[in-house]
Amino acid sequence: MSDGLCFDAVTIEKDGTRLLSVSASVAPGDVLTLMGPSGSGKSTLLSLVMGDLPPAFRTSGRVILKGRDLAGLPPEARHIGILYQDPLLFPHLSVAANLAFGLPRGESRAMRRDLVKTALEDVDLAGFGPRDPATLSGGQAARVALMRTLLSRPAALLLDEPFSKLDTGLRDQMRRLVFDRARAARVPVLMVTHDEADAEAAGGEVIRL
Amino acid sequence: MLRPLPLLTTMVLLGPVAFGLIGTVLPAFGFLVPGADAPLAHALDWPGLPRALAVSVLSGVLSTLGALIGATLILAGWHGTAAFGWMERVLSPLLAVPHAAAALGLAFLIAPSGWILRIPANLLGWDQAPDLLILNDAWGLSLTAGLIAKELPFLLLMMLAALPQAEVGPRLRVARSLGQGRIAGWLKAVFPSVYAQVRLPVLVVLVFGMTNVDVAVILGPSTPVTLSVQVTRWMTDPDLAFRAVAAAGGLILFAATVAVLALWWAGERLAARLGRAWIWSGRGLPESPARLAGLLLAGGSAAMVLAGLGALAVWSVAALWTFPDMLPDALTMRSWSRFGPEMGAVALRTLTLAAGATLVSVILVIGCLEAEHRFGLTLGQRALWLLYLPLLVPQVAFLPGLQLLPLSLGFGPSVWLVLAGHVVFVLPYVFLSLAGPFRAWDVRLARVASGLGATPNRTLWRLRLPMLLGPLLTAVAVGVAVSVGQYLVTLLLGGGRVPTLATEAVALSSGGDRRAIGVWGLGQAGAALVPFMLALIVPAVVFRNRRGMLHV
Amino acid sequence: MSRFAPLVLAALLAAPAFADPDPADWQAVTEAAKGQTVYWHAWGGSTATNDFIAWIGERAAEQGVTLEHVKLSDTADAVGAVLTEQQAGRDTDGSVDMIWINGANFASMKEADLLFGPFAEQLPNWRFVDVEGKTVTSDFTVPTEGYESPWAMAQLVVVYDSARVKSPPKSADALLEWVGENPGRFTYPQPPDFLGTTFLKQMLIELVPDPAILQDPVGESYADDTAILWEVLDQMRPALWRQGRAYPENGPRQFQLINDGEVDLAFSFSPGEATTAIANFELPDTVRTYVLEGGTIGNASFVAIPYNSSAKEGAMVVANILLSPEAQLRAQTPDILGYGTVLDMDKLSPEDRAAFDALDLGVATLSPAQLGQALPEPHPSWATRLAEDWVARYGVAQ
Repeated sequence: MSDGLCFDAVTIEKDGTRLLSVSASVAPGDVLTLMGPSGSGKSTLLSLVMGDLPPAFRTSGRVILKGRDLAGLPPEARHIGILYQDPLLFPHLSVAANLAFGLPRGESRAMRRDLVKTALEDVDLAGFGPRDPATLSGGQAARVALMRTLLSRPAALLLDEPFSKLDTGLRDQMRRLVFDRARAARVPVLMVTHDEADAEAAGGEVIRL
Repeated sequence: MLRPLPLLTTMVLLGPVAFGLIGTVLPAFGFLVPGADAPLAHALDWPGLPRALAVSVLSGVLSTLGALIGATLILAGWHGTAAFGWMERVLSPLLAVPHAAAALGLAFLIAPSGWILRIPANLLGWDQAPDLLILNDAWGLSLTAGLIAKELPFLLLMMLAALPQAEVGPRLRVARSLGQGRIAGWLKAVFPSVYAQVRLPVLVVLVFGMTNVDVAVILGPSTPVTLSVQVTRWMTDPDLAFRAVAAAGGLILFAATVAVLALWWAGERLAARLGRAWIWSGRGLPESPARLAGLLLAGGSAAMVLAGLGALAVWSVAALWTFPDMLPDALTMRSWSRFGPEMGAVALRTLTLAAGATLVSVILVIGCLEAEHRFGLTLGQRALWLLYLPLLVPQVAFLPGLQLLPLSLGFGPSVWLVLAGHVVFVLPYVFLSLAGPFRAWDVRLARVASGLGATPNRTLWRLRLPMLLGPLLTAVAVGVAVSVGQYLVTLLLGGGRVPTLATEAVALSSGGDRRAIGVWGLGQAGAALVPFMLALIVPAVVFRNRRGMLHV
Repeated sequence: MSRFAPLVLAALLAAPAFADPDPADWQAVTEAAKGQTVYWHAWGGSTATNDFIAWIGERAAEQGVTLEHVKLSDTADAVGAVLTEQQAGRDTDGSVDMIWINGANFASMKEADLLFGPFAEQLPNWRFVDVEGKTVTSDFTVPTEGYESPWAMAQLVVVYDSARVKSPPKSADALLEWVGENPGRFTYPQPPDFLGTTFLKQMLIELVPDPAILQDPVGESYADDTAILWEVLDQMRPALWRQGRAYPENGPRQFQLINDGEVDLAFSFSPGEATTAIANFELPDTVRTYVLEGGTIGNASFVAIPYNSSAKEGAMVVANILLSPEAQLRAQTPDILGYGTVLDMDKLSPEDRAAFDALDLGVATLSPAQLGQALPEPHPSWATRLAEDWVARYGVAQ
């Protein structure tokens, strides 16, 4: 378990009220699904993992990623990728620059270009590099967003209702793509969703809040 | 680095006003200025005081009411129509036209020998201008008209910015389905929420109307002048003791401002009460006349300022141009070659100063907003009042003190003092202009970026600021326009040593060489307008291939 | 940008407090002046004057002095600035280096010890000055004692458009009558504007039985002496332009009113100003000038240096340039400024004298003979008192 994502008796309180308590762990490549009604604290837990929980919340317990306690680490040092229902591509950058944004530093320019090119080919978007993100279809944008996250070599992946805005046909396709890629990259995944079908497709443990 | 910025900004806004007021209050009660004997009594004994104060109050209140009513009627009656779209496009750039330039143009327009009355003069064959007291009239009505023309676009744009939070569409649909007319429905269902949001700008307009110097010098009465102009005169009297009298006068004007603000507040209550009674009554409004009035007021404002600028342009290239000719005998570039080079040099100084003040302001504002985003460090609910503080305290009440205090600490008037003074007035506008878009930026982008390993600084520089290029440039243009328009602060803190387009244009207005006024006035208007054009053009060019940036 | 830098630098580098320069050691003065920036506070309401000052700036630059014209709407602004600095204890490195000054402003600065000097009579070009024939050593009866240096002679003239007015009034009585017959066609600059105040003084000289009393400071009999003036002004007022409820701010503004067909008469303190204004399209070429039958007030314009100026040497260099035949000739050229010279033609070189003789004064400028002997200025206390009383009577609606 030491290279997965682990919630060790995590509790979150606000104004003296307990919002949730979780003890669970996700192995690399596996998916932990959180389900629950609005206001049950799902996104608060995501914030805790991301590292941008507002100070009004009080927490106890530990979140451990790859054997490291995340407490006190700034968000950018945690290497946790996140996907929302919107692809949230940076609108002022080209598709290629979006993909390059999260590439770890230290590699040569040519190398970075190659990585971006391969990533695009990987998701059937060869030649899309110079495009304006606003001209992509919903499915294309979702794939770029996924590849952007994976290229940054995240230690964990958070999914915040990731497929809810896609139409049904595309949704299945994206689920498969995301979970396959996560498994292949051996990244632990934490997913928050309303959709039972998401949980089924993920196939991992489901926590209902 | 970032954390001290909100506090620093607070001090930038609060410090000068507080110190300035202290520096005004002390001399007003006979301290700090040796040889001043009972200055307050002296100011109160000034025989012109009743009328000067009355004109100050009258022009302030009437111009605010006029601008508010005009902006409300045009918005209520025409928002969403093609006519409104056209009006908005015309009025927005007028906002940037400095007060002095607009007033100078207006002065030629409405004088008895001006463009408007030259039309009947030509038709009826007058060879002498009618002897009518229109310009510089004793009750400040032309001053009021000039202020309305200049403040109406300001309030209109502030109200437009407030519309999204007022759910105009749905509320208006409900009101109209309940049988209310367009304007009546708007006034009853939308106006209260819009007014709540533009209340501070309205108060700024009120205070400015009561206490401005540059417009009052050009359009206001002279027997006596308004109290603000008289305070400025006392301040520059050769007799040292009059500094203290000026401070006392500033204090009287400050007290009057506070009283009028209190009255305005009471008026708001009363209007709300009357409004509720009106809603209960179920009565409507004469819709068509109200719509027409709105169009006339707003259209009239735009036409006046534009025709005034046109007059400046014609004068700047006029050879001999006597009454009652509509146009000069001949055109010549002589005035441009006489005044153009010096105007250009001063324009460069003015813009350098404006760029400096705007840069400092933008850095502070971005720092504050970013600190708010990262650490939740906000200035709280009072932040808005704080921002408006330098705009709500009359300049003539705290600038004299601000001139006196640094001097007693050994800092003479200098370009740095002027720069600092400009920041005090530029910063609030930059903040108001940038805060909305900055806060509206989708913070999920920041989370995505941090998930991709980007530090907060990288997110700010690579994502947030580039995406906010449009609003950022608009804020810069607003800052430059505000700085270019600053008259009193430049005059007093610069000790006359820092000539800018504003001080030169107003100084020329007393001489009355309309050709020079034309060149300098156009220069001032241009210096304020060009940055706005750039703010529109640059993002369009930079993001010409980025459709997703069209709405940001 | 580049023009901004020197300003910034000048503001930054506070010059150390030197001992006052010795005007007699002109060599040392010109040496020290090099590199100095002189802020000349001068009335900026007339574009012709501004252009002339800019030209003086070019001459000063040749001697290494940078001249900055700080344009005032009222000379009192500069006096006030010096007073403020003195009050704040800023006895060196003041912001005002030179002031275009005369009359009450000079009297009050001299009395308050706010002026550097004496320096004027040590200036090299002082040798050309017409000390005998022109009132250059007393200013409104106050002896200058070298604390200010003259640069132009001024005399009150009346300006009118000969196309509109056939026989303009040439005395106080005739003016009163003319105003009654032509309501709304006459006004004067609003006191305390110096030209408006000069109009009051001119009227008083015409109206009092013995104008000699005006050479002494205002005394006990002031109310009696001036009663006749207020009586005449009261009578005139309903027939003034705008019924006396508004007044033009200054002389040039009055020119604008003639050009706009609003009034028929205006005043100028510079005999050549109307000709200059015609050349600048500010007045139609049918405009002419005249002096009253009993003569009109004349005085000299001076420059003075504040005690705390940061560039006293530079200011003296500029004052000396103003006295040079070249600058005086330019000032007297009607298309440029049309100010009377302070120099004595007999003291000039033959070439310079010929150049002055060759000047075509222009259609609207009177010759020295037509101007006649200028009347002396009353003691400055009269101007101050008249302006104050005028403001109390007409300047503040009650």
